[in-house]
Amino acid sequence: MNENKEALRIEILKYLEKHSRVDLRELAVLMGVEEAEAANEMAEMEKEKIICGYHTLIDWDKTGVEMVTALIEVRVTPQRDRGFDRIAERIYNYPEVYAVYLISGSYDLLVTLEGKSLKEVSRFVSEKLSPIEGVLNTATHFILKKYKDHGTIMIPKKESERMLVTP
Amino acid sequence: MRNPLSKKIIDIQPSGIRRFFDVANEMEDAISLGVGEPDFDTPWRIRDEGIFSLEKGRTFYTSNAGLKELRKEICKYLERKIGVTYDPLKETLVTVGGSEAIDVGLRCMLDPGDEVLIPQPSYVSYLPCTVMADGVPVVVPLQYENNFKLTVEDLEKYTTPKTKVLIMPFPNNPTGSIMTREDLEPVADFVKEHDLYVMSDEIYSELTYQTKHVSIASLPGMRERTLVINGFSKGFAMTGWRLGYCCGPEMIIEQMTKLHQFAIMCAPTTSQYAAVEGLKNCEDEVEEMRQSYNQRRRFLMHEFKRMGLECFEPFGAFYVFPSIKEFKMSSEEFATRLLREEKVAVVPGTAFGECGEGFLRISYAYSLDDLKEALGRVERFINRLREAQL
Repeated sequence: MNENKEALRIEILKYLEKHSRVDLRELAVLMGVEEAEAANEMAEMEKEKIICGYHTLIDWDKTGVEMVTALIEVRVTPQRDRGFDRIAERIYNYPEVYAVYLISGSYDLLVTLEGKSLKEVSRFVSEKLSPIEGVLNTATHFILKKYKDHGTIMIPKKESERMLVTP
Repeated sequence: MRNPLSKKIIDIQPSGIRRFFDVANEMEDAISLGVGEPDFDTPWRIRDEGIFSLEKGRTFYTSNAGLKELRKEICKYLERKIGVTYDPLKETLVTVGGSEAIDVGLRCMLDPGDEVLIPQPSYVSYLPCTVMADGVPVVVPLQYENNFKLTVEDLEKYTTPKTKVLIMPFPNNPTGSIMTREDLEPVADFVKEHDLYVMSDEIYSELTYQTKHVSIASLPGMRERTLVINGFSKGFAMTGWRLGYCCGPEMIIEQMTKLHQFAIMCAPTTSQYAAVEGLKNCEDEVEEMRQSYNQRRRFLMHEFKRMGLECFEPFGAFYVFPSIKEFKMSSEEFATRLLREEKVAVVPGTAFGECGEGFLRISYAYSLDDLKEALGRVERFINRLREAQL
């Protein structure tokens, strides 16, 4: 891959990460390339699973929807030949599980979970997560307030206070 | 009672478009494309360092020339960026913005009658600062046909035996024009041949697109006859911190430090501590801002082309400088009507010298959404003008 192509790809990715809804024509203008080239790169990166999806960041607190998010630390016994992957898979297949990470440090897996209520999350932990074979123990942390999520500060930005014209 | 004022200051005309600026700044619901400063907040790690220095009670003066640590970082930075080595102790002065360095530099270099070549369109302060330093400003109009670059032909027309200093305002505010190494070489030869000094205002040096900034000081034989002026306002988004610097031959810096000591004492201490962090650890943040400006630059060029507005492609700063000559009205009239009829503030090219007539300075230090809204209005406005011309 030549250097320009790589630079273009990175610039596209950085832009899409923040503005996934940009239309292709505009993206091409911003990147300074032909529309076909931008489309090509995006299609290739989708195929290579570099681009894994186009998601929307939502502040559910501002809606009427009841939702709690929990971070759950999980300590597990790794399995022979399969390490942590088999246990991780058993966890991530649950649709209410939002994210699963293998973590360095004092526990092994970090599981992000979304549920309608504290009760629902607790029930998932006690009825589904803890009984999985190989899970040693769990610690559940409920998120009280999101200040910043996915690189976006959730507090509305102040109005610009710059002067209108300056030399 | 005697007149309290000096003839010098009275003779300096307030900028002709002062009135336009005042009107524009009073308009409450106008959208602006008129600002000469970044829309980004100063990177947090720099602000945090400023706050920390206040918490630590670093509220004293620094040495006149500036914190030693900052001067060392400035010299390392310049070596990295323009490939010129300066002595942090003898050849570096930290100033209150690049503006102070322009003022103090001219005061230290000019005797009454010395002529200063000022390429225009360019920033508004070179001319009045020259006058206040008893110099004689000589405007060198830059040509649209040359993409507003300075050429030796331009210089030849305006150089006399009294010419002492050449101002090099590149990357240029308001045109966005830059000078590449190939563009600089003949100018440097001319400067050496005529034994001139150069004041190179490189405040936009971080903001060049497609090619890296080249300082005229890095050309052979030019270091000893160039004063490099730079600062943190544009590249690091630190306009309000008022911090700049200049580097050059010890002989000039020594005298500038003397004047700076009497006039200013030292640049703001908080800003100096914060700036150290900027030079040490903010390469990524600066790069990210540059990339964002570049995207908006491409967007504006694309839109102007679509609208059929004549404009050369600028590769520096955060301005484009389209021509409005087809509309047969002055820049100020165009800007005033655009403000009144569509509530979009742009700056008439004449704010930067008479040869800016027929052009507008449009800043892209705005979010893409703001640019889109503003350009939509500009398009509506020029379509109306074109219809009226039919």
